Amino acid sequence: MADHVEHAVNNVSVDGTEGSRHTETSPGRTEVELNGQPPTARPPLVLTDTEEDEDEELTLKYGAKHVIMLFIPVTLCMVVVVATIKSVSFYTQKDGQQLIYTPFREDTETVGQRALNSMLNAAIMISVIVVMTLVLVVLYKYRCYKVIQGWLFFSNLLLLFFFSFIYLGEVFKTYNVAMDYLTLALIIWNFGVVGMICIHWKGPLRLQQAYLIMISALMALVFIKYLPEWTAWLILAAISVYDLLAVLCPKGPLRILVETAQERNEPIFPALIYSSTMVWLFNMADSAETRNNSSHPVPEQENQVAVAPMAQPDDDGGFTPAWVDQQQHQLGPMQSTEDSRREIQELPSARPPPEEDEEERGVKLGLGDFIFYSMLVGKASATASGDWNTTLACFVAILIGLCLTLLLLAIFKKALPALPISITFGLVFYFATDNLVRPFMDQLAVHQFYI
Amino acid sequence: MTVAVFFGCTFIAFGPAVALFVFTIARDPLRVIFLIAGAFFWLVSLLLSSLVWFITVQISNKNSATQQTGLLIFGVVLSVLLQETFRYGYYRLLKKANEGLLALSQEDTMPISIRQLAYVSGLGFGFMSGAFSVVNILSDSLGPGTVGIHGDSQHYFISSAFMTLAIILLHMFWGVVFFESCERQRWWALGAVVLSHLVVSCVTFVNPHYQGSLIPTYIILSVMAAWAYLCAGGSLRNLKLCLTCKDKDFLLANHRPR
Repeated sequence: MADHVEHAVNNVSVDGTEGSRHTETSPGRTEVELNGQPPTARPPLVLTDTEEDEDEELTLKYGAKHVIMLFIPVTLCMVVVVATIKSVSFYTQKDGQQLIYTPFREDTETVGQRALNSMLNAAIMISVIVVMTLVLVVLYKYRCYKVIQGWLFFSNLLLLFFFSFIYLGEVFKTYNVAMDYLTLALIIWNFGVVGMICIHWKGPLRLQQAYLIMISALMALVFIKYLPEWTAWLILAAISVYDLLAVLCPKGPLRILVETAQERNEPIFPALIYSSTMVWLFNMADSAETRNNSSHPVPEQENQVAVAPMAQPDDDGGFTPAWVDQQQHQLGPMQSTEDSRREIQELPSARPPPEEDEEERGVKLGLGDFIFYSMLVGKASATASGDWNTTLACFVAILIGLCLTLLLLAIFKKALPALPISITFGLVFYFATDNLVRPFMDQLAVHQFYI
Repeated sequence: MTVAVFFGCTFIAFGPAVALFVFTIARDPLRVIFLIAGAFFWLVSLLLSSLVWFITVQISNKNSATQQTGLLIFGVVLSVLLQETFRYGYYRLLKKANEGLLALSQEDTMPISIRQLAYVSGLGFGFMSGAFSVVNILSDSLGPGTVGIHGDSQHYFISSAFMTLAIILLHMFWGVVFFESCERQRWWALGAVVLSHLVVSCVTFVNPHYQGSLIPTYIILSVMAAWAYLCAGGSLRNLKLCLTCKDKDFLLANHRPR
């Protein structure tokens, strides 16, 4: 049940760089606003035409970077799922067990009965998801943060301990590894506790991203195993339609969620969103109080440090030598200490809360999107008779869909659903490749003709 | 049919292409995106040609082997023509996108030049084409079996790997020459590219007489390589400078002493 909450809410969307972009794209200008300097030290922010056009080119470069920052985790998640499906036979065996949300069986006599059953299954599943999303949005709106936190905590607990225990067990069975319970308990305990800490509290960014990818993969594997054939495809189609409606309609639950989060200037639960950069405020329940608490050292430190959290070694996080020289020239060389920073932060100022630099803000993708992408590719590799061709085709289709979604995000600059385009492409290419391309390529391979 | 065969054939087929990817494309996100978009365009062209072939097979006589082979040949030719059409379509799309970007920004330089796009899109086409040709064969080579037990050729896997290598590299060269000839409006060069693609595909009809298919393919590969090198601005002088480590511009750009 708890995991449904997760993936219900996880179709939050691709939440990218909202807010004003023109003042933020040029790194040099933004850093001035971010560090603890009094406002008068800022040079005037005059936006000329050339700067605007430079922004476009920088936008393109940064946009491409963000796309790759999402391609890599999505690819990793799919690779994990496909590798597991191909090697561990547990996840492709149909034991006859089904989830309680899909009570109708598909092993019926007639095709019509099967179609009807699968449609009913999909309908039940989608309504469960809708109800969960509504409950979540209502809880969020009425600030019942503790309830949401507890819910997410419990569902992550289930995933990180129980499901990964089953996964590990099946992997050991496949490779015939002898393992005692004590060692296993130690491994699972460590894995789970570190995962809970990373996801719900603080942890290295890469580790948090890795855990999010792993739990998405685990969830996708569960769906691949327990959802019957036609139901799975129908659910994929239905959920992309639902995602479209929930995020774009004015009264859509996910849109309300995102807008409320933006109004309150809070990040949406870190446990449900994959973020390509560090999330500034980790504990949402405290965020309202600590926002104005100037002795909160974390954001200051992050802003003062000249390297963005996910920066490559040659990325100076916007503190270009030219800007540093300019600062030193204007203000004299200075060393900032913890105390001096705190002092300056406590100066009354009319500045808005620190806006994150576009480059450092990165882009966010809901975990539900990861789950459904991987589920599609996993099902393609599990059930398609075209085997690797179908898997490859679905993989490329999903990546291109994600690319187009991010392009639209760059154009429209508001939260967008990440499922519809990718899942549509994925489904089209799955059925087309499996039924049309596979016989053609098989015939070509038999005769060894090359195109 | 061993792990050695699997790894050997994989590295033969994909080695140079993956090396090109890792050294020239992986670091630039824009190039990676255009590579994947190129792969997507190839995939769509394959889809359309399979659709047409499938329809013709459905309305034909399924029992006649010669008819089926004839339809397959027709499918191959159609697929080649559609691939080149989609390459042209990709070229037009990239030109439009680049023009739009150039109009928006006042700068003279675009973030990615049309020549880089030619290379990247050609490699994208090549990756997808190679993957679709050979990945199923490679995964079969991991399993048990005896090659050519019914009297077919014993060299099935290795010849497939070499052919795939040639196709991937050829797609890259065709991309470069194609875009260059579109830029310069040299339609004869365009026709030559399409023709060479057709020749390479048709030459595979003589398989399993691999000397009849692999040798012409590799000859065409070397010719196209030289042509693409010349199109990209290379010359004998550049080659000599590069090989003797005397190219000052390159050394300066890479901060190496002479």
